[in-house]
Amino acid sequence: MSANPGLHRFHGGLHLPDHKQESLTRPLEHAGIPDQIILRVNQHIGEENEPQVKVGQRVLKRQVLARSSEFVSAPVHAPTSGIIRAIEKRPVAHASRMSADCFVIEPDGIEEGLEPPSPIGSAHRIDKKDAILRRIREFGIVGLGGAAFPTAAKIETADRYNIKTLIINGAECEPYITCDDILMRSDPLKVLRGIASLQLILQPRETLIGIEDNKQAAIAAMQDALDKLGLDNTRIVVIPTLYPSGGEKQLIRILTGIEVRSGQLSFEVGVFCQNVGTCAAIARAIEENEPLTSRIVTVTGPGVRNPSNWTAKLGTPVSWLIEKAGGYSVDEPMLVMGGPMMGLELESDQIPVVKATNTILVLDKRDQPTVRECVRCGQCTEACPAQLLPQQLYWYSRSRQFDHAEQYHLFDCIECGCCAAVCPSHLPLVQYYRFAKGEIWEQRRKTWKSDQSRRRHEFREARIQKQKALEEERRRQKREELARKKAAESGDQSDTKPPAANQDLVKAALERVKARKKSADEAPRNTTDLTPEQQRQIDEADQRRRQMNKDKQ
Amino acid sequence: MILSSPFVNPSAATSRMMLNVLLALVPGTIAYVWYFGMGLIVNLVFAIAFALLFEAIILWLRKRPLKPYLSDYSAVVTAWLFALCIPMHSPWWLVATGIGFAMLAGKHLYGGLGFNPFNPAMVGYVVLLISFPKEMTTWFQPIPISQDSLGLIDAFAYSLGMLDSAAWDSLTSATPLDLHKTGLSMNLMSSEIRQSPMFGDFGGIGWEWIANWWFIGGLFLLYKRAIRWHIPVAMTAGLLVPATMAYVINPDSVASPAFHLFSGGFLLGAFFIATDPVTASTTHRGRLIYGFFIGFMIFVIRSWGGYPDGVAFAVLLANMCVPLIDYYTQPRVFGVKPPEER
Repeated sequence: MSANPGLHRFHGGLHLPDHKQESLTRPLEHAGIPDQIILRVNQHIGEENEPQVKVGQRVLKRQVLARSSEFVSAPVHAPTSGIIRAIEKRPVAHASRMSADCFVIEPDGIEEGLEPPSPIGSAHRIDKKDAILRRIREFGIVGLGGAAFPTAAKIETADRYNIKTLIINGAECEPYITCDDILMRSDPLKVLRGIASLQLILQPRETLIGIEDNKQAAIAAMQDALDKLGLDNTRIVVIPTLYPSGGEKQLIRILTGIEVRSGQLSFEVGVFCQNVGTCAAIARAIEENEPLTSRIVTVTGPGVRNPSNWTAKLGTPVSWLIEKAGGYSVDEPMLVMGGPMMGLELESDQIPVVKATNTILVLDKRDQPTVRECVRCGQCTEACPAQLLPQQLYWYSRSRQFDHAEQYHLFDCIECGCCAAVCPSHLPLVQYYRFAKGEIWEQRRKTWKSDQSRRRHEFREARIQKQKALEEERRRQKREELARKKAAESGDQSDTKPPAANQDLVKAALERVKARKKSADEAPRNTTDLTPEQQRQIDEADQRRRQMNKDKQ
Repeated sequence: MILSSPFVNPSAATSRMMLNVLLALVPGTIAYVWYFGMGLIVNLVFAIAFALLFEAIILWLRKRPLKPYLSDYSAVVTAWLFALCIPMHSPWWLVATGIGFAMLAGKHLYGGLGFNPFNPAMVGYVVLLISFPKEMTTWFQPIPISQDSLGLIDAFAYSLGMLDSAAWDSLTSATPLDLHKTGLSMNLMSSEIRQSPMFGDFGGIGWEWIANWWFIGGLFLLYKRAIRWHIPVAMTAGLLVPATMAYVINPDSVASPAFHLFSGGFLLGAFFIATDPVTASTTHRGRLIYGFFIGFMIFVIRSWGGYPDGVAFAVLLANMCVPLIDYYTQPRVFGVKPPEER
């Protein structure tokens, strides 16, 4: 099958040696239960999880170990039964070699599981939709393409928009990675049933499954399954192999021609993207009542003896998978979690698999090429899929002129690594961009904090002013009432109402002005009893605070 | 050290790019020696030796490691281009002065390779052109005309001042561009000037063939993707458009477009000098503007300026404009509307 005509192009990109065949010669197998499971408490992008279990406690498979009540979150479940030996900081995959909270579980090997919940069976679409969404949320499903964004939060946000096109990302454009390829080959029906669930929720007009043309077996298997299952308005679109066609904005561009604007969500143009692995995880959650406790991991690269794909329990240490794949074949292996273009270097093989781990790439620790100065050759510009000027970004990042870097659209950089891969001076360009982004975020956090303090102060001042004015008004009304009473008592001879009313209005206005002037000098009063009015003000303040928090995000 | 992705083997290297440039210069250089003799070899040897020497000294003074900088071949490329620009049989001290200025003021005062706004070879050349006008206009006639040339050893001796230069002075003459310019100023018609045996089919005898070989070397660079088409094409357009217009209006009092194209350093400049990535514009649209500007300025300088050729001045003038050109020709970023649509 060749690439479909009528596809759109994105700028730049690279034809890279794909190195996919190596890990596709062996069938997909289960990696089994490792001796120790190191399960990260937080495996998603978003709010932090709270551990729900204690050290020493026995946990069952599928039991929730950590969760958060926030919208953008995904719980973590026990991948097998065993005893929690510790909840402590362990090294994890992170660009700055960070440690993070992990459950250390000693598996008992019997895989005793919690009673699965009853399957979703309601025929009514609305009920079923809610049940599916709840299931996706409770079963800890996140985007398995690498970003690990909580899927339920993504779908619920998208559901507020009119989604016309559902795009299923099976491009898998980065070299070496084959976990999506092998998934589509070995279980295409599960992918499609997951897609059916998404269709049920989002009701898109059409569904496009984008697969790069270097995955002919996967394309054939998916087409077969699609013919069997017969999903409405669903097409497999074969796209040319060109890195990074699997980037969300790039894939949307290729398939629909729509260019998602900078800072815009794809939902706003009626497109929802989801990775094939996530679709399969959704199907597993719904049909097999399995929370996300395992995923397919490609173990590959020139530094491992038998490149292969494994269904690995989350928390499996990298060393276990390397062992399964025949061990290292080089003396000085360099471990990367993810593909060669965007992956993270791992400091040791004791780092565990998380929901976002698609690949363990083992490279040979080689001599680093000599880094020279930028000669402004412009090859990075030609390769950049975001149409940026990478060398300008490099100059400004390097010289810490971050405002200029932002003017040159630093934040439209998707860190795909094309620029650095073609750089004849071998500059680690992406590293500079990550550094600049980090610095800018830090700066923003600081500005936001000081802004918040200032706004708080200003509002406090305003509130005090308002309080004083109200007090004054109340006193004035009381005085007037007293005066009126006195007047009534002293005898009501004159009955010239209209002019008096006018005069009263003028007087009242003057009083108010005076009161406002005067109130500035008076001290504020503490209010002990909360009137409904005060309660309302407090509520308003709370709401403002929430709004500010939202702004921050 | 934390390594950051991508972890792919680099597909290109600066030193490789520079080597490709040197390789592309070889055919033209051979043609040059064929038509003008061994003087160029002497120039090349002195220029490259002094360039490496000066670069090493400056790197030592700047406390930089020698090996990575000397092994990027950028100094060799600069020296080679410089040697091609100056008259052959130049005295050794002229070569040393020019290339010394190129390396010091043209390159390292700005921070070395990648930081220099001006093309170092052109800086060195222009300094000599202004400071030593007599030496810089003493050109030997091409061998087909003089029927005589110095051997390699004699050429070295000549450069070192150990040969009686008076015996060879009869072999020197002005360049075809110079002859043409002087002829026009004496109210001769272009067709009359071209009766001189110095002129061939398009440019000067010998010169036009060397230019051809620069063109072929340039095609090699394009094929190797060491340069892009924008600058040579725009530069040619910048020269030919006004030259053709002038020629159509008054063919007798101006040089023909073909003569412009095949004379002096135009094709060498278009493919090897203006395309120096460090000092050229980096955006596609910017390169078109930059190239056209150089071509146009060469026409202006040749037609009305004080110098017969204008490649070096035109390139340096365009180098000056690069930051401005780059700023106003930024490509549209993916997902960002151009300003006028906003």
